[in-house]
Amino acid sequence: MTTKPELLITAGSLEEVERFLKAGATAVIVGESIYGMRMPGQMTLADIELAMPIVRKYHAKLYVAVNNILHNDALKDLPAYLTAIERIGVDAVIYGDPAVLMTIRSSAPSLKLHWNAEMTSTNYATARYWQKRGSSRIVLARELNMEQVLEMKQYLPDMEVEVQVHGMTNIYHSKRHLVQHYLRHTGQEEETAKVGRDRKLFLIEQERQEEKFPVYEDENGTHIMSSDDMCILEDLKLLLDAGLDSFKIEGLFKSAAYNEEVIRVYREAIDAYAADPSGYAFRPEWMERIRLVQDPERELSFGFFYKEQMY
Amino acid sequence: MTNTTNTRIRKYNGKRNRLDKPELLAPAGNLEKLKFAVHYGADAVYIGGQKYGLRSNADNFTFEEMREGVQFAKKYGAKVFVATNIYAHNEDIAGIEAYLLKLQEVGIAAIIAADPVIIETAQRVAPLLEVHVSTQQSIANWQTVQFWKEEGAPRVVLARETSMDEIAEMKAHVDVEIEAFIHGAMCSSYSGRCTLSNHFTDRDSNRGGCCQSCRWKYDLFEDDRPDLTKLVSEEEAAQEPALQPFKLGVTQLPLFQEQQNQFTMSSKDLCMIGHLPDLVDVGVDSFKIEGRMKSIHYVATVVNVYRQAIDSYMADPDHYQLKPEWIEEMNKAANRPVNTGFFYEEPDHEDHIYEPEEKAAPYDFAGLVVDYDADTCMATIQQRNHFKPGAEIEFFGPNGTFFKQTVGQIWDTDGNELDAARHPLQLIRMKVEQPVHYFDMMRKKNR
Repeated sequence: MTTKPELLITAGSLEEVERFLKAGATAVIVGESIYGMRMPGQMTLADIELAMPIVRKYHAKLYVAVNNILHNDALKDLPAYLTAIERIGVDAVIYGDPAVLMTIRSSAPSLKLHWNAEMTSTNYATARYWQKRGSSRIVLARELNMEQVLEMKQYLPDMEVEVQVHGMTNIYHSKRHLVQHYLRHTGQEEETAKVGRDRKLFLIEQERQEEKFPVYEDENGTHIMSSDDMCILEDLKLLLDAGLDSFKIEGLFKSAAYNEEVIRVYREAIDAYAADPSGYAFRPEWMERIRLVQDPERELSFGFFYKEQMY
Repeated sequence: MTNTTNTRIRKYNGKRNRLDKPELLAPAGNLEKLKFAVHYGADAVYIGGQKYGLRSNADNFTFEEMREGVQFAKKYGAKVFVATNIYAHNEDIAGIEAYLLKLQEVGIAAIIAADPVIIETAQRVAPLLEVHVSTQQSIANWQTVQFWKEEGAPRVVLARETSMDEIAEMKAHVDVEIEAFIHGAMCSSYSGRCTLSNHFTDRDSNRGGCCQSCRWKYDLFEDDRPDLTKLVSEEEAAQEPALQPFKLGVTQLPLFQEQQNQFTMSSKDLCMIGHLPDLVDVGVDSFKIEGRMKSIHYVATVVNVYRQAIDSYMADPDHYQLKPEWIEEMNKAANRPVNTGFFYEEPDHEDHIYEPEEKAAPYDFAGLVVDYDADTCMATIQQRNHFKPGAEIEFFGPNGTFFKQTVGQIWDTDGNELDAARHPLQLIRMKVEQPVHYFDMMRKKNR
């Protein structure tokens, strides 16, 4: 029996927290859009307080996303927010903006920190830099390839490394309200009121008619998401062998039922590996179960794990 | 436009946050552009080297070119910065130390860096290099400015989403140099938070591969497929009115009409020439012009205008007036509509470029003055674009020197009369109506 990696997912409500833990997740990320980026639902401090006993019941972990790019006006209430989070006793705060680090030092020093700067968390030396400044975990950029992901633990033996294994990724974030602007430009003022995730808007680039890129707006601007869902299940063994600490499923834009099934499948795979690492083998039926619930218009891909990128 | 000059005093308590002249920082895509930027009035230029910069398509400097550029700039009291603003991957790390040492050795004054591995390495091995924290870090609040100051950075480049009021608050809290983009093209995303290029073309945007997918055209749709997870039986599905279009094969609703402009993220360019007093008074220390990929004509023209405006304001702030000819000048070299970014109000639907883009700039660089004989009024001009007798041209130089004339007879250096200046870099002799100087430029109107 080896140490199992954490199976982590974002959750948007108390109900989702409980359902995901029941399905086999061992950690959940929650938050609200004033501080947290692209959360699947709003969880206030009161909700987080209520989530804590549920999480403990399952011997799981609760992380709060405070990973927005912050402007001055967000700083005023940040100390109180982080102090409250510390008092509730969550297991870590996820951050990218150094202002959060500064505030935690002064207002909530016992909170653990996970460094997640999205596309820009790309190398071990920078992970160490943030480790020296108090971060216990790096959340790897999704644009890294398999080789780069696998070697991370060799460089970071005493830092947790989290890698996304499943779901969509954000590929563009603007402070501008691009959808509203376009609707207004084309004389569709009445459409501008509904531009959130529920509207299920997507973009198609002229020369890529098969790919649909979800787009939505919230208080933090415009978010464009990948047209595919990464799924590394077939090669999960590589990540398990490499000793990565946390496998993340991105729950955004998915039904709770979909996320539960994905959790169950990854749970089985992780448990099977832990029970017998050398005898472990990928089972095709795992993939079949995910395909059954997968939106047929969204490809299940390997993300950037096996892509050659130029620059 | 002059109204801003009056309102600013109240807005920022009538005091200037900094009395020193702000730095005018210009892009230089290659050694020649560096020379023009400096000659036309930049206090500092930023360039890219062969590695670790975000414009892998630009010419980019060798170390020898950097050395020459630094020496040239030195004669004008100007500095040279190098953009080392990528986010490194593991395999990029090994060469950073040697590269930064070399930059220090050739006399580079500062690096512009985003990735802490580059920031930290520079501080450790190349202490003579200043580290300026890049806009790629998306610094948008004063506490983060404070953080980088405490980490030893003498300067931060702000996120382009930062407003004038936010800058004022940063200045009130933290004593550190602030560099802000004041002119040029802008990422419409938060810098660094865009991987459109990675997804569309397998080019890594945060390591210099950006292919500007944000300027491409897209169609916007609404997904109109029914939520199948909510249906329990086939009978129920048959009753469901929302399913009718789906049965007819309609799965997506377009949010545009035929003939309408398509969706794009493309933003207008930034231009703050109308608001220089605000920028000075709020305490921006370095005024940065974007455009390492832009032409010599563009860089020289834009630098020339901002140089005059800054000097004019600093010499006599109370009587400063925005000159209409400055804006006219800039429009001759530029081809995109402009706005004031996030400085005053958040951009709205009029701040994008939905229409077809990229008409050429209205004027072209036609020739460079390399010599002038005051006795004969004859100038020697290096050809940079086709021109011929009868063409309407303009000469301009640093500090706003400017006149128009028509091209008369032209000769080559052997005295042979020519019907047109056809050959790139060919030396042409012609009579000019006013004195000109080495490095003055001659432009002609595009037809």
